[in-house]
Amino acid sequence: MPLDTSYTGQKFKLVGTRPLRPDGIDKVTGRAKYGADAFAPGQLVGRVLRSPHAHAKIKKIDTSKAEKLAGVKAVITSADLPDYTNGDRGMFDILENCMARDKVFYDGHAVAAVAAIDADTARKALKLIKVDYEILPHVTDVDEAIKPKAPILHDDIFTEGVEPKPKKPSNIAKRTEFGHGDVEQGFKEADIVIEKTFKTEQTHQGYIEPHACLANVGPDGQGEMWVTTQGHFVYRNQCAQLLGMDISKLRVTASEIGGGFGGKTHIWAEPLALALSRKANRPVKLVMSREEVFRASGPTSSTSIDVKIGARKDGTITAATATLRYASGPFYGMWAELGAMTSFACYDLKNVKSVGYEVLVNRPKVAAYRAPSAPMAAFAVESVIDEIAKKIGMDPVEFRIKNAAKEGTKSSYGPVYGPIGIGPTLEAAKNHPHMKAPLKKNQGRGMACGFWFNFGGQTCTSININPDGTAVVAVGTIDVGGSRASMSLMAAEELGIPYENVRCVVADTSSLGHNDMSDGSRVTFSSGMATVIAARNAIKVLCQRAAKMWDIPEDAVVWEDGCAKPAGANAGTFPPLTLKEIAAAAANTGGPIAGHNEFVADGAGVSFATHICDVEVDPETGATKILRYTVIQDAGKAIHPSYVEGQYQGGAAQGIGWALNEEYIYGKDGRLQNPGFLDYRIPVCSDLPFIDTVILEIPNPNHPYGVRGVGETSIVPPLAAIANAVSNAVGVRMTHIPMSPPRILKAIEGGPA
Amino acid sequence: MSGVHVTTTINGDEVDFVCPADETLLDALRNRLGLTGAKEGCGTGDCGACSVILDGRLVCSCLVLGAEAQGRKIETIEGMADGEKLHPLQRLFISHAALQCGICTPGFLIAAKNLLEMNPDPTEEEIRFGLAGNLCRCTGYDKIVRAVQAAAKEMRGA
Amino acid sequence: MRYEAPVSVKEASALLAKERGASFVLAGGTDLLVRMKGGFIEPDLVVDIKRIKPMGEVKKSASGFEIGAAVPCCKLGENSALKKAWPGVVEAANLIGSKQVQGRCTIVGNLCNASPAADSVPALVAAGAKVVIQGPRKKRTIPVEQVPVAPGRTSLAKGEIITAIQLPKRNPRSADAYLRFIPRSEMDIAVVSAGINLTLDSKGVVTAARVSLGAVAPTVLLVDAAAKAIIGTKLDDKALADLAAACSAACRPIDDKRGTIEFRQKVAGVLARRAAKIAYQRAGGK
Repeated sequence: MPLDTSYTGQKFKLVGTRPLRPDGIDKVTGRAKYGADAFAPGQLVGRVLRSPHAHAKIKKIDTSKAEKLAGVKAVITSADLPDYTNGDRGMFDILENCMARDKVFYDGHAVAAVAAIDADTARKALKLIKVDYEILPHVTDVDEAIKPKAPILHDDIFTEGVEPKPKKPSNIAKRTEFGHGDVEQGFKEADIVIEKTFKTEQTHQGYIEPHACLANVGPDGQGEMWVTTQGHFVYRNQCAQLLGMDISKLRVTASEIGGGFGGKTHIWAEPLALALSRKANRPVKLVMSREEVFRASGPTSSTSIDVKIGARKDGTITAATATLRYASGPFYGMWAELGAMTSFACYDLKNVKSVGYEVLVNRPKVAAYRAPSAPMAAFAVESVIDEIAKKIGMDPVEFRIKNAAKEGTKSSYGPVYGPIGIGPTLEAAKNHPHMKAPLKKNQGRGMACGFWFNFGGQTCTSININPDGTAVVAVGTIDVGGSRASMSLMAAEELGIPYENVRCVVADTSSLGHNDMSDGSRVTFSSGMATVIAARNAIKVLCQRAAKMWDIPEDAVVWEDGCAKPAGANAGTFPPLTLKEIAAAAANTGGPIAGHNEFVADGAGVSFATHICDVEVDPETGATKILRYTVIQDAGKAIHPSYVEGQYQGGAAQGIGWALNEEYIYGKDGRLQNPGFLDYRIPVCSDLPFIDTVILEIPNPNHPYGVRGVGETSIVPPLAAIANAVSNAVGVRMTHIPMSPPRILKAIEGGPA
Repeated sequence: MSGVHVTTTINGDEVDFVCPADETLLDALRNRLGLTGAKEGCGTGDCGACSVILDGRLVCSCLVLGAEAQGRKIETIEGMADGEKLHPLQRLFISHAALQCGICTPGFLIAAKNLLEMNPDPTEEEIRFGLAGNLCRCTGYDKIVRAVQAAAKEMRGA
Repeated sequence: MRYEAPVSVKEASALLAKERGASFVLAGGTDLLVRMKGGFIEPDLVVDIKRIKPMGEVKKSASGFEIGAAVPCCKLGENSALKKAWPGVVEAANLIGSKQVQGRCTIVGNLCNASPAADSVPALVAAGAKVVIQGPRKKRTIPVEQVPVAPGRTSLAKGEIITAIQLPKRNPRSADAYLRFIPRSEMDIAVVSAGINLTLDSKGVVTAARVSLGAVAPTVLLVDAAAKAIIGTKLDDKALADLAAACSAACRPIDDKRGTIEFRQKVAGVLARRAAKIAYQRAGGK
């Protein structure tokens, strides 16, 4: 029977309220256990030796001295990680990224690892490992990497997506194209055409908790891992495959997660910890240092983007194109493709084309970062949109409203939209007092829009009704920002019991079927939907049990307000049975009561936001201060509004850091120069104002409560909104992110930005 | 390896531990005393996740040697609540949704407690600069600042 | 590694003089521990000077102030007499790191770390501060600017410890100020910085001045030409412009992860001008 997950306009008692989160006390008392907070009897300390070179052949690794050091229990290299990937290039890339095989591809690439009785011994052991490198020419810049004479990273990569198949290997791994209509014709119809090139530097998610795990593999081949991750099932599947283990033999328990933002959707040192444990036959705890996190986990792409937009004087966009070059590190990723798909998604365009190029460079493997690839594309597109509005003499909000996508619009990346929020967020921006607040000298206001797809994905959830009438919700999606509160709210809403009577836990990989990651803003949507369905399934069982207790047919029982009731006068007259009463009788009516749901959550509603930002720029130093910031975003339905606001504010803050100060800085030697929080400058408390939020609720027709994901879209507009604000403040178009003080000062003084 | 024998007072309890001379107080707290509430976010004093109070001063425990703790008084997040009764900051952090992932929360609470002890009625700016040594990547600080403002108000009895 | 916490300067100096391996003084540890943990240094001996009582004190006397080498910077901000006499030095010291770092870091540590971007050093140089050095055999006093000789290197000999910093007695109508440029509002290392110390006559004319710049050369610069540009003036627009130009001209910066040559040159002048105005006002000038 197909599941009916459609939105019904149900009236809520609990959903939309703001109860205390169930993990709150643990987190304010230091009791919550994160990745590095677990201990196992006899555990060893794992440490990784990393390449100091951006690109080199590994001629030889001599680990003999390290192995002889007292207290060293295991040393591994790629020889201890044989290739079990069976021709799966994607998995092989993961394997090769976790531990270099023939070549190192970036500063920080792992080449060996040790497990020792303490940190000091492990550190000494690393120093005793001798690696003989043959240094190769390297390339770290996205534009340099595609020049004809650039050093080639892989001689077996030929650009995919071009016909005929190229004969020479290339650092462009793939070309993708999206769009419709005739852009050449469209530009001919335009009164004004603006074309500009933009650059954005590489940024890191900057989660405060470094990657950490505790791996334990026994001589029977069974293993366990405690790990900070956004997806313990995916970590399990991938680690098992790379280690040649049966999936059932590896049980992964997710710790509390100290931030991920996409960076913990990929495995990094976890397979090394497992391999060390297997070799040492002891538990191994492996915690990355902050420097390792920067050098050897997965930041987002640096990019170079050309945007061309044409419009008529009446404000109609006639054509738009974008060419997007995204660096993906040394391995193929679909980052430019996502940039190309999202670039024009906010607008209703007759003629549109976007082309993405995945560019390989000697930098760490790129990982997802909150709405991956969309912020850079939005920066480029929304900057040109602002320029066109200015040229035409139209208000930038009005110009966007005129061209905004709406229900029925064929999106630039293909699908036709259902009910969407871009128009309403723009109208809300237009009417927001922020838009009319006065500005002083050296101040500027900017606004911009953003889009994210949102994902659904594989989800498996169980609800168990306990004998005392309370309920446990077991989900397989990691709680990255309060989702256990949202799940508990939804389960309580359906079951008709108090919020406090529901406990939501993140189950380990042996307790539930596969769940995809906590990514794509999918948790409240997918696990929430699964929770609602599982609760409804549990209610079916509760009604059956009530029928049994009353000795009436099952279909003569309905569920209302947390009670089973006879469906009507014909069913008989019985006082309602509460969930608690039915649960208490379960032993005599058929045993434990539960509801489950396992499915692919389809129909994640697309998400749009509009941000408004005021800045003040010091014309003598180029320093930018964010004076005021407003986020307006469609949530579909805010289950727990406090945590929806939190997502809006957090995304905006990350975007502000990206726009102004954050960047990976590489030296000519190809080494990362700022692998620490001192010189990789994420916003501090005194950098930011309060961040105002406006939650719009345009129900997602595909979710029973109307939920859309809210986690990612909030990072999409800030780069553009701030660039527009700064450009308005200084009177020069800023085209290079971050807009650091030296870049702004240079632009003010007439140099290239 | 010869270790340093340290006797110190943590959250009012006298404790002993032996650690290598170059071990940080943070590692001693976490790995020898089981007090994992202080977190290592950077190890360089840039994130504040390891904040503790040492003889009344807010410090990063990653930048203090364990050996230096001899005869000192240390307060950690584990000692902030009075039994079952949460400190107002702890309670208001929860009710204001001032945490998302929670990894920075112990450090923020310790820093905010120290801030309010030094300045019971801080302005928004004083709160923001007072907490600038604690990085949070989830919240954009909005709800943290509001929670601290609410706690300051409550603690002043206003 | 050995950890020692002597209670006298003599003992500390002897420990350092005797050690054959790599030895380091630990005061606040906010630089030392970072370097240790990062693997940049591997000490055989660390001598903690915080249990040496006089090292933890700020003393005021007829000849000025003496700040012990182990006094954490937060305590400078809490000393109202010091703050009144040397507001620029105190604000520079209080700019180092976070509240957490302030609880530990010291101006002597900041000086001995010998970073060209150290915040307190330009202010100390502008102030004409001196350091008291205790060696295994003798004691000496030298100007602050003679301590760092290159990035990461000092002029201290083996066994020598700086025990205190001396700030001179304040003349009337005198004041100092320090400004630095950082990309964020807190937690950064100075990209460029400027310290100004000046004295006015009763008419508001600058009679003496010292101008220093940080992060624009391998060591902090004392810019005589910049001082000359404002001495004899009431800090009118031309004097300020000359001051800025002299500062920009004196810079010998590099391009690095924190800033560019041209940015540092330009902003050095801007900061000197702004700091001069603050110092002038503090000294009672209008």
